Parts: sequence; structure tokens; C-alpha cells
Amino acid sequence: MVTDPISPAEPKMRARDVSVFYGPKKAIDKVSIDIPTEFVTAFIGPSGCGKSTFLRTLNRMNDTIASARVEGVIELDGADIYTSGMDVVQLRARVGMVFQKPNPFPKSIYDNIAYGPKIHGLADGKAELDTIVEKSLRRAGLWEEVKDRLNDSGTALSGGQQQRLCIARAIAVDPEVILMDEPCSALDPIATAKIEELIDELRGRFAIVIVTHSMQQAARVSQRTAFFHLGNLVEYGETSQIFTNPHEERTKDYITGRYG
Amino acid sequence: MAEHTVKAFDEDITRLRGLIAEMGGLAELAIQESLEALVSGDETLGAAVVARDKKLDELEMEVDAMAIRTLALRAPMADDLREIVAALKIGGVLERVGDYAKNIAKRVGRIEGRSRFEPLTLIPAMGELAADMVHDVLTAYAARDPLLAREVIERDDKVDAFYDSIFRNLVSYMVENPATISSAAQLLFIARNLERIGDHATNIAEVVHFAAVGTYPTDIER
Repeated sequence: MVTDPISPAEPKMRARDVSVFYGPKKAIDKVSIDIPTEFVTAFIGPSGCGKSTFLRTLNRMNDTIASARVEGVIELDGADIYTSGMDVVQLRARVGMVFQKPNPFPKSIYDNIAYGPKIHGLADGKAELDTIVEKSLRRAGLWEEVKDRLNDSGTALSGGQQQRLCIARAIAVDPEVILMDEPCSALDPIATAKIEELIDELRGRFAIVIVTHSMQQAARVSQRTAFFHLGNLVEYGETSQIFTNPHEERTKDYITGRYG
Repeated sequence: MAEHTVKAFDEDITRLRGLIAEMGGLAELAIQESLEALVSGDETLGAAVVARDKKLDELEMEVDAMAIRTLALRAPMADDLREIVAALKIGGVLERVGDYAKNIAKRVGRIEGRSRFEPLTLIPAMGELAADMVHDVLTAYAARDPLLAREVIERDDKVDAFYDSIFRNLVSYMVENPATISSAAQLLFIARNLERIGDHATNIAEVVHFAAVGTYPTDIER
């Protein structure tokens, strides 16, 4: 895969020749891609194509899998994130993640948001923490719905609210990149629309990468789309171009439902 | 082209393409028969062309409904999306082509002194060029052939040149013999209709090119 010609000169994240192995099996084969801040980037592709695996290399989530091994270079603001000196906890504060199933802590709504800023020492005192909690919930479009019950358990919220709570939690530590792995697949269409609207509002403030099985969703929320197949990055380009006139035959077959 | 995993999607697209082919066939026939009626002064044939135009209108509505239904239910992407948008546009243009042919057919009874009217011999030749453009652009559509589509676009200049020539010819007739003004004006409208048909065939060719390869043949003058 050649270097993406459409990315800005200074992308937020830069991957070069990244391969990922699970034991002897190669899950990702020499992927190079730039992740810009100004656009939402969608990763699409059939199950097992490696898109989630690749997403997880961007904040070293694969470190938790003993058999996983990453080759190549991934940079955040030009600095290699796989050097031994990299503080992984700090890295994950800068590169946050939202998962497929909403996973709020079994704590109050307030504590769900306050937890990150507290452990990262981002707030000086209760008042400042209150401000961060409100700001994060507002940015996630959840404030109006929960402001009167901040002490209720996060798990008592609806699925869609829980997912927005998780996004608020990710935002609270003031990250630079937000990775989303199928953030709407457990949600109904209304809750999905709210998340998509939220992604659009957050665009430009954070570099956002979203893995999705819904091509309609990729088309709706992203400005850049990357198509993965069998561990390869087959095509990366402007979302409108990918969905109206993909250059690669494999991309076309996949997005038009002729795959397989 | 490989089949869709969902077979009914292929059936929808095949049906849509079939409707466009049917419209194209009717539009082509309308051009040919309107010219035939014009040359021979056969008003019955002219009336038949006018009457048959309704069928073209109905088919256009069917194409619209089918295309909109497919867009809504299948959310097509890439070449499928282009295919359906193309059908939507081509359907509209073919309906217009039918209207021009109908308009020619309506004028059949309004031409006097056919035998001594020289421009009347030029019009069938122009009509043949325009009808061939429509015929070939539909072949290009059926074959998804961008090269043939480009070739059709290039031919529009000839139709335009014919129009200019007929225009000058008719004006000189009117100047020399004011008694011919009424008939000459009718022929002027007819030539204009044929010129428009050529333009529409060009539009279809551009859409065919877009559907086939995803770009418009922009390096060719419209």
C-alpha cells in the first residue's frame, strides 16, 4: 500500500509498514496509513479482515494479548509509540477508546467521568472536577439527560446513554485521538443517530477513527475510508470517492455486496 | 459483473435496465416514424406516433418508481449507485426525446408543397444522424461501453452542422418566397427538435460514461 496522497503533511498518527502477528499467524500485513485530526476516518471490511486488530495497535491495546506481536512504526505526533520508554497508560489517555458494547464502570455517572481525570491528575480540587464532568457530559450530548441524577449508577442508563457516557469518559481526559470499535452495533437507530451526530460534532477537535460493519454508517460519519481485506489495506481515500467510485475491484465488490 | 449476494438486487437492476432498453426502443421508433410520416405526409402514422408517446411517459414513471424504490430499499453503493442514478437520468431524457419526436409528428399535416421543398430532403438525413446517436448510445448503455459513449458525443457536432445548414437554407427560402414561410417555419422547428435530440443523446452518453467508469468525459466539448 502506498502512502496516502490525500492526507495533510502532519497527520496526528502515522503508521508505516505495520504488521501484526498472533503467534505465527499474520493478521495485518504492512499497513501504512495517516490519521488526520481534521477528518473522521472509518475502517471497513469483512469480519476477520484485521480492521479491529489494526485499530488496537494505535493505542497498544494488543499489548494485553500475550501472543500478539507488532512490527513496523506507529507514531503519535511524530513519536514512536512502541518504544520501550513509552508510558502506555499515558498513551491511552492521549489515544482513547470506545468499545462495541457500552462498558460504564459500576459506579455513579459522575464517577465514571471523574475517574480518568482523577488518576491522571488533570483536576485540582472538586470544583475543577465538577467542571470537567459537566463539560465532558455536555460535549457528549448527555448533560441535559443526566444532570439531575449524577449520583445514579452509570449502568442504570439506557444503552445509547451508556455509550455516550463512555464517549464522555473518553473525552474527559482530553485525548488527542478517539478510537471507536463498532460503537453503535449494540444500539437502536435513534441512539445510533445520536452517536453519529456526536461524532460529527467532535470532528476536528479529536482525530477520530471508527471501525464499523455498517457501510452506511461509514458513509454518514466519515470523510476518509480505509478498506481492509485479509490483513491488507486495500484502498484508502475520500469517503465519497470510495462509495461512488472505488478504484479497487475488491473494494467495489465488498461495498456493493458482491463479496465472497 | 459478479452477482450480488442478495439475488433480488440483481433482479431489480436487470428490471431497471430492461425498462430503459424498452424506453430507448420506443424513442428510437418514434424518431424514425415521425420522419417517415413527415417525408410521406402520412398523417395517420404521425397521429400514431403522437398516441404512442403516452407509453413512453408511463415507462418513465415506472423507471422513477423502480429507481427510487431500489435506492430506498437497497442503499446501493459504487457502480450500483451510479447504475441507478444513470437509469433515473436516462429515463427522464428518453421521455424528452419522445416528446421531440411527438412534436415532429404533430407538424406532419402542416407542411405544404412537399415536392418542391428542398430542405425537406435534408431533414431525413439529419434525422438519421440523430436517430443513430440515440440508437448507439443505447447500445453503449446496454454494453456499459464508455468508448462508444464518447464516440456518440463526438457525432453531435455533425448534427449541429446540419442544423446550421438547414437553418440558413430555410431562411433563404423564406426570403425568396414569402409564401413558404409557414411551412419553412414548421421545418425550422422540426430541425430544431432533431438538434435537441442530438443534444439529449449526448447527455445520455455522458451518463453512460459516468455509470460505466465513474467519471464524465469532460475532455470532450459538450
